[in-house]
Amino acid sequence: MLKASVLIIVGLLGAGTALAEEGEIRLLESGADIKSAESLQRGARNFMNYCSGCHSLKYLRYSRLAADLKIPESEVVKNLIFTGAKPFDEISTAMPADATDWFGKQPPDLTLMARERGVDYIYSYLKSFYVDKTRPFGVNNLYLAGTAMPHVLSSLQGLQKPVYKNEKDAHGSAKMVLVGVEAMTPGAMKPEEYDQFIRDTANFLDYAAEPIKATRQSMGIFVMLFLLVFFVFAYLLKKEYWKDVH
Amino acid sequence: MAAAPETAGTGKGLIGWIDERFPLTKLWKEHVAEYYAPKNFNFWYFFGALSLVVLANQLVTGIFLTMSYKPSAAEAFASVEYIMRDVEWGWLIRYMHSTGASAFFIVVYLHMFRALLYGSHRRPRELVWIFGCLIFLLLMAEAFMGYVLPWGNMSYWGAQVIVSLFSSLPIIGGTLVEWIRGDYNIADPTLNRFFALHVAALPLALVFLVVAHIMALHEVGSNNPDGIDIKKYKDDKGRPLDGVPFHPYYTVKDTLGVAGFLMIFAAVIFFAPNFFGLFLESPNFEPANPLQTPPDITPVWYFTPFYAMLRAIPSAFGTQVWGVMVMGAAIVVLFFVPWLDRSPVRSIRYKGPIYKTMLAVFSVSFVILAVCGMKPPSGIYPILARVCTALYFAFFLLMPWYTKFDSVQPVPERVTGHA
Repeated sequence: MLKASVLIIVGLLGAGTALAEEGEIRLLESGADIKSAESLQRGARNFMNYCSGCHSLKYLRYSRLAADLKIPESEVVKNLIFTGAKPFDEISTAMPADATDWFGKQPPDLTLMARERGVDYIYSYLKSFYVDKTRPFGVNNLYLAGTAMPHVLSSLQGLQKPVYKNEKDAHGSAKMVLVGVEAMTPGAMKPEEYDQFIRDTANFLDYAAEPIKATRQSMGIFVMLFLLVFFVFAYLLKKEYWKDVH
Repeated sequence: MAAAPETAGTGKGLIGWIDERFPLTKLWKEHVAEYYAPKNFNFWYFFGALSLVVLANQLVTGIFLTMSYKPSAAEAFASVEYIMRDVEWGWLIRYMHSTGASAFFIVVYLHMFRALLYGSHRRPRELVWIFGCLIFLLLMAEAFMGYVLPWGNMSYWGAQVIVSLFSSLPIIGGTLVEWIRGDYNIADPTLNRFFALHVAALPLALVFLVVAHIMALHEVGSNNPDGIDIKKYKDDKGRPLDGVPFHPYYTVKDTLGVAGFLMIFAAVIFFAPNFFGLFLESPNFEPANPLQTPPDITPVWYFTPFYAMLRAIPSAFGTQVWGVMVMGAAIVVLFFVPWLDRSPVRSIRYKGPIYKTMLAVFSVSFVILAVCGMKPPSGIYPILARVCTALYFAFFLLMPWYTKFDSVQPVPERVTGHA
């Protein structure tokens, strides 16, 4: 019967992994490392300089960011706060309420974006803007069709153009399918530099979504070690008590 | 049943003083130190004790969450993030509670499966089983309402879908749904009442039923993997030869089980609290938005078998009520299992190949239904869900016949072995 139970549990787990995202276009792997303080520091710098004009992080305080990312609070005040906020304030944005008129929608708060869509999604999204003259800001995105966001990093990345493939649809008629993007005009950064730039930014947003994540994982190892020792003692105790039961 | 005063307080000191006024030692002896449990409990018998451990975990972490959570549509979502970020150890308390919800269903499902394996619902344990079914029913209500509280977008739309089910009831449907919601939509009053039910009414009822479950069990004594009565053979002091006192034998053994369970539990909490989007679903990290549904509205994994049954039944005569009835029947049928099983033996060890096959088919169907409930209803899933719904009910409704005609092996007089 133990075998049956194992089979059931394995079956359930299999069902779980089969649930993994089945997007049409696979997400790129970000390679972000939440344990790297340098990467997170660069990501915080990138976010404050390029994103925070429009996007808030309304559940994250500057002081928490300073403490977790090992940046002295005075440095945060000098270099990362542009809004006149106090260090214990949450990271808000100067975006006025009528921004909806500019973009068609209010730029979303990004505190939990990494938990909602995943760190790889943010990385893939930032890497995959392409020129589309039909859009208000002249760009579209491979991972969010019809995105309302302009390509604010285009000066760094340069511009990309879409790659299409001819396919037959269910009725047998030919259609163009968007399959990827390729470089068109170069930006200020080399492709590897840009990848690192958005990797750090995505990594920072992963941190912002769950500031305790890195601590939780390293703490978990000690908890597991403790429980392992506890398990061994529990086993020996049980064996000792049960040796007279026949 | 109260002991006479002159015999009650045999002890001295504080315990003796209490025993003269309250049956402390008596309760301890009856339910722990001199409760004789069969010595041959196996792996499957851990899950009852584990359910208690998870219940305690939910109660304690729940109380602490209540201290910082705000049951209002305007503040609920932000207050959960406040717990995750600003409350000392709030993240751990919240993950223990959210992981505990899923763990509760895992241990309870396995605990119920154990009963089907060894016939623990059979006479004289019918009431133990019925109290258990009531606990399961309340647990589903408790989990559903708890899931609404973070007020994420999946919370909101999950509540929308589940509460709307009642609207399919004829005549009273519309009014009933309005009464449940306290509004024309899922809104602040709904969140408020779900909070009240989740933190006060349902836990109170759950604890009461758990006490009744255990008292009923201790009245008749525990079943065991052989499904035989251990009270038949007793020593000269009236103690069952095949029984051991619950304390210390099963307290130390269950401690081992708890240690094993905690290792899995902690691994999830510390390394995968979302559990791949199954325990905490990604769309729930977006605040409730009445104007935008998540890409797919799916319940949490532990409800998906029943959700799949709901969707498997097509609407007929202009109403969806049939699916709701089938889903309800899937729970109701559980209550009748003690009378559906007509086998002369309790345990699967001595039952014939038909029961073994039926139980295996039932288990696999249940898991497939769980998968179907998570997937969008297209492709192979709707037909798969229908077949498995039929198999689910076949296991129960055909039980009176196949258990009667199934071959059985002779049952031993004494329990076989111990772990």
